[in-house]
Amino acid sequence: MGFMSYAIFFAVIILTLYITYWAAKQTRTASEFYTAGGSLTGWQNGMAIAGDYLSAASFLGIAGAISLNGFDGFYYSVGWLTAYLVVLFLIAEPLRNLGKYTMADMIGSRFGAKKVRGAAALNTITIVLFYMLAQLVGAGALIKLLFGIPYWISVLIVGIMMMIYVLFGGMTATSWVQIIKAILLMVGTIVISFLVLMKFNFNFIGMFDLMRDATPHGESFLHSGVVYKDPIGLISVLLALVLGTAGLPHILMRFFTVKDAKTARSSVVYAVWIIGIFYVMTIFLGFGAAKFVGRDAIVAENSAGNMAAPMLAGVLGGDMLESFVAAVAFATILAVVAGLVLSGASAIAHDIYAEIIKKGKVTEKQQVRAARYAAIGVSVVSILLALGSEKLNVAFLVSLAFCIAASANVPTILFTIYWRKFNTTGAVASMLTGLITALVLVAVSPNVINPVEGAAFFVGEPLFPFVNPAIISIPAGFIAAIIGTYTGAKRAEAAEVAYAEVRFKAETGYREA
Amino acid sequence: MTVKMKGDKSSKRGKQQTTDGQPDYERLIETDEFKQLVKKKKKFMSPYVIAFFGIYLLLPILTGYTSILENRAIGWMTWTWVYAFGMFVMVWVFTQIYVKKSREFDTDVEQLLGKHIKK
Repeated sequence: MGFMSYAIFFAVIILTLYITYWAAKQTRTASEFYTAGGSLTGWQNGMAIAGDYLSAASFLGIAGAISLNGFDGFYYSVGWLTAYLVVLFLIAEPLRNLGKYTMADMIGSRFGAKKVRGAAALNTITIVLFYMLAQLVGAGALIKLLFGIPYWISVLIVGIMMMIYVLFGGMTATSWVQIIKAILLMVGTIVISFLVLMKFNFNFIGMFDLMRDATPHGESFLHSGVVYKDPIGLISVLLALVLGTAGLPHILMRFFTVKDAKTARSSVVYAVWIIGIFYVMTIFLGFGAAKFVGRDAIVAENSAGNMAAPMLAGVLGGDMLESFVAAVAFATILAVVAGLVLSGASAIAHDIYAEIIKKGKVTEKQQVRAARYAAIGVSVVSILLALGSEKLNVAFLVSLAFCIAASANVPTILFTIYWRKFNTTGAVASMLTGLITALVLVAVSPNVINPVEGAAFFVGEPLFPFVNPAIISIPAGFIAAIIGTYTGAKRAEAAEVAYAEVRFKAETGYREA
Repeated sequence: MTVKMKGDKSSKRGKQQTTDGQPDYERLIETDEFKQLVKKKKKFMSPYVIAFFGIYLLLPILTGYTSILENRAIGWMTWTWVYAFGMFVMVWVFTQIYVKKSREFDTDVEQLLGKHIKK
C-alpha cells in the first residue's frame, strides 16, 4: 500500500474529526447527546441507519462468505434485509411513540420497575460488547493487513476515534459519521460491482454459468448447502438474522433521532432501499472475488474470506481502488463502533445511572457528564477486551449478538406494545431467559467446543449441535414471557402503566405536554 | 422518565379527561375511532406479516429438505437465486405498500386526536 492509501485513510480521519468538532458545539443537553435533539430528517436518518447497520460483517464478511461458499453466504444478505420488514411493520413507529432515548425507555414506558429497566440495560450492554468485540478485532486485523500497522496500534486507533466521536459529538457526530460512511460504502461497492459486471460483459445470467466452474465447489456453489448441511441449523441462523435486527439497541436508538413516527417510518424506507441495493451488490463482490481473485488467494490472506472485497478491488482497479476500498472498510468499522459506544453509554448513563440509581432526578448537566464518562468507560473496556482477543476467532460474536437481540429483547418489545396481559414478571423473565439461554447454548456450541483443533476455544464434541442457538433461545424468550406473565403478580405492580395508555400512545403518538 | 399512575377511571366527560388533567386512556381506547383504527391496521398488516415470515421461512425449508430450487431457472441461474431475488422485490414492494397505507392511518389518527383530546 502506498501513498494513496495513507492519503485516503487520513482524509477519513480528518473529515470525521472536523464533523465531531462541528457537532460538539451543538451537543449540550442530554437530548442532543443521545438523539441529536430529534433533529434528523428522514433521509439523513435512513442513511445513518444504513451506516450503523452495514458493518464489517456485511461488507467484508458477506463478500468473503459468498466468494468461498456461494449461495450460503447470500443467506445473510436475504435475512438482514428482510429483517427491516419486522422493524417497519411491527416496531419502528410504536417504538418512536413510546420511547425517549433508549430501547429500555420504551419498555420502561409501561413497566417502571427498576428490575425491568435493569434487565433491558443488561441486554443492551451484553449485545454492545459482543458486537463491538467482533468489530474491533476485525478492524485490528484488517488495518494490520492493509497498512502493516501492528494489531494493538490498529485497535487503539479505531478505539480512540470512536471514543472521540461519541465523547465530544454525541449522536450528531455519530450520525454524520454514519451518513458519510454509507455514502463511501455505496460508492465503493457500486464501482466494484460495475467493474465485475464489465468483466462478465454485463451478462448477468451468463455470470452464473461462468461461476459454475470458477470454484472447487462446482455447481454446488450455485445451490444452498455448501456450509449449511443441516436444515434445522440453517433455519436457526435465519431466525436470528430476521428477528435480531428488531432488538439491536444501537439500531433501535436511531429511531429517537427523528421528530416523530412519520419520520421514523420514512427513515426505514430510505434505509430499506440503501441496504437492499447494497445487499444485491454483495453478489458481485462475492462472485467477482471467487472468479477473479480465486479461492486460494482469498483463504491465504484470511481463512474466513474477510479480505475478499479489498483484494477484488485490487485486481480490478489496481492500488488506487484497493486503497479506496480499504479506507471504506475503515470508515465502515468506525461508524458502527461509534453507534455501539453511544448505545452502550446510554444504557449505563441514562438507564442505570439516571433512571435506576438517581430515579430520574438528575440535571441536564449531570446527565451529559454521566453519558460522557460512560462513553469513555465503554470505549476503554472494549479496547482492553479487543487487545486481549487478537488470536481468538470472534467473528461468530456478530451472529450471537443478533441471536441475543432476537431472544432477549424482541419478545419483550413486541409484548410491551401488543399484549394487554403482559406484566413486569413476564418482561423480566423473558429478557433474562432469552439472554441466558442464548449465552449458555453458545458456550457449549461448536463455536466454543469444536472437534477440529484450532477452530474454537476448546477441542471436543459440542454439547449443542448448531452454531446459532436461535431456534431454541427465541422460543425460550417468548415462552418465558408467557409463563412469567401468568405466574407473576395477579395485580398490576405499582410501577406499571395501564395498557390502555401504552396502547393509545403507541398507535397515535400522543404525548402529554 | 417518570411513571405516572393512572387517574380515577370513573370520571366520564365529553373530552375524556380525568380530574388530574390526564386523558382517560381507558375510555379513549374504547372510542369507536380508536377501535376502528386498530381493527383497520390489524386487518391490513396481518396478511403481510404472515406472508413475509412464511415466504422467508419457506426458503430454508425448500433448500434444506427438497432439491426443487436446484433446477435451472434462466440459464444457470437456479430457482434458489430467483427465490432470493424475489425476497428482495418482496421487501421493497411491501415497504412501499406499507408507506402508502400508513398515510391513511395518519389521517385517522389526526381526526381521532382532534376529536377526543383537548389541545
